[in-house]
Amino acid sequence: MPPIISRGFGGRRRGDAPPGRVPPGQYVTRDYPVLSAGPTPHTPLDRWDFSITGEVAEPRRWTWEEFRELPAEDVTVDIHCVTKWTKLDTMWRGVSVDTLLAGIGTTAGYVIQFSDGGYTTNLPLADVRDGKAWVVFDYDGGPLPPQHGGPARMLVPHLYFWKSAKWVRGLRLQTVDEPGFWEVNGYHNYGDPWREQRYWGD
Amino acid sequence: MDELMLDGNAAGGVLGEVFAVEMTTATMMCGGCGAAGPVGALHLFRGAGIVLRCPQCDNALVKITEGGGRMWFDFGGMQTLEIAM
Amino acid sequence: MEGTTVLGRLTWQAATVARLATETPRVTTIAFEVPGWPGHQAGQHLDVRLTAEDGYQAERSYSIASAPDGTRIELTVVRIDDGEVSPYLTGDLRPGDQIELRGPVGGYFVWEPDDGGPLLLVGGGSGVAPLMAMVRLRAAADSAVDTRLLVSSRSWEEIIYRDELERLAGDGLTVVHTLTASAPPGWAGYARRVDAEMLAQVGPGPAERPRVYVCGPTPFVEAVAEALVGLGHQPQAIKTERFGPTGS
Repeated sequence: MPPIISRGFGGRRRGDAPPGRVPPGQYVTRDYPVLSAGPTPHTPLDRWDFSITGEVAEPRRWTWEEFRELPAEDVTVDIHCVTKWTKLDTMWRGVSVDTLLAGIGTTAGYVIQFSDGGYTTNLPLADVRDGKAWVVFDYDGGPLPPQHGGPARMLVPHLYFWKSAKWVRGLRLQTVDEPGFWEVNGYHNYGDPWREQRYWGD
Repeated sequence: MDELMLDGNAAGGVLGEVFAVEMTTATMMCGGCGAAGPVGALHLFRGAGIVLRCPQCDNALVKITEGGGRMWFDFGGMQTLEIAM
Repeated sequence: MEGTTVLGRLTWQAATVARLATETPRVTTIAFEVPGWPGHQAGQHLDVRLTAEDGYQAERSYSIASAPDGTRIELTVVRIDDGEVSPYLTGDLRPGDQIELRGPVGGYFVWEPDDGGPLLLVGGGSGVAPLMAMVRLRAAADSAVDTRLLVSSRSWEEIIYRDELERLAGDGLTVVHTLTASAPPGWAGYARRVDAEMLAQVGPGPAERPRVYVCGPTPFVEAVAEALVGLGHQPQAIKTERFGPTGS
């Protein structure tokens, strides 16, 4: 049975949808809904680190101080959540994953993002290289707030936003794919919003 | 304390679409720490789907996703589910 | 007595707006007619779904504020100014309009007269709604169970159901208000956030083994539950219904 339309509902908080900017099935939002699979972690910066592990000749690790000394860049992108909201022109500052992986020796084809609190999400390694991904620590001109993933989260805007782990602590490179927290429970293994790859089999 | 957290009671509607018995009074035993209690008292978070976590150890007992005419359940973090009949 | 109720699966069903009533400047009670409503228990909630013409959907959960009454149910909704759903429900809905709802939900946060007492009900803001269903059911059932209702509101003008609570008080029901933002001149009641001292004074104490229900925004519920445990109440005797962040 199709849902009942409620007279006059909708549109109050939504933004304009410029043609070509909004993937199929998405609605533009002006605010920034907070979604979380678990309690907000609060790792103190003096205990925070970011690691590259797994199928690498030598694992890499940065403390917060070391991480903040890496070259960073400002990035403005649209983000698309699988729960159907899209936010245009979000502004971030962070370190390109290309910087973190520079010169790394690996035969890995896949990367697993892992976070405080146990969240994981998986991608082909190619999807975090060549200017497609960042580890960001600033949002909208200020430090990334904890409920949005601070102190640092992944930003992989060409895929649905569950593929950008909040509270990220590192990347594990693997030769085998390993579906992550949501990928094992119905969400699409790749997650391209332009092909509306939300769920298994899409 | 997490402002976003709700009680497992809030998942009663979604669980009720699939289970023909009242689920918020069902008892779940955590596969992580062994704590047991009513589903209604679990800690509920909404991410891309619903996650029900153990109030003692934060272990994810249940994940619920819905979309495209399907629902998915992961009870992997749960040890046992008890339903009074 | 708790157990499970064999319900059959829940589905979305149509509800028609029968009446809207202003409770306070920002709070509205909406009465719905729901054909085929199976009845409900006091404390249960339901999920509301709104679908726009372009297919956009939003879902929210609301506690049922009314005692069981055939196919009629009432929800009490606080208007969040920049919200997505509450301005529509409190400002745009008219009698005859339709929404979808799914329920009733929740055998955990319920009270029936046969459950007995004493009862300690603590509500913050709109968290008083499911507790009001319990209080109304208690009145309809002519129950004399010792019931203490502690209501936290920002101001006198913002107390939801204020007049009805005054009428229902007595016959074992004690209603205590605390005002957290402003109080009228001459106010002799509590004028601060709910704390352990207040809970100890409103009682009943742990030795009386009351059934406790706490409902409201998540920070409120957490603070009250923690204070109650600190006073010696058993965690298992305290049932909570968190509404999420304040203003959500």
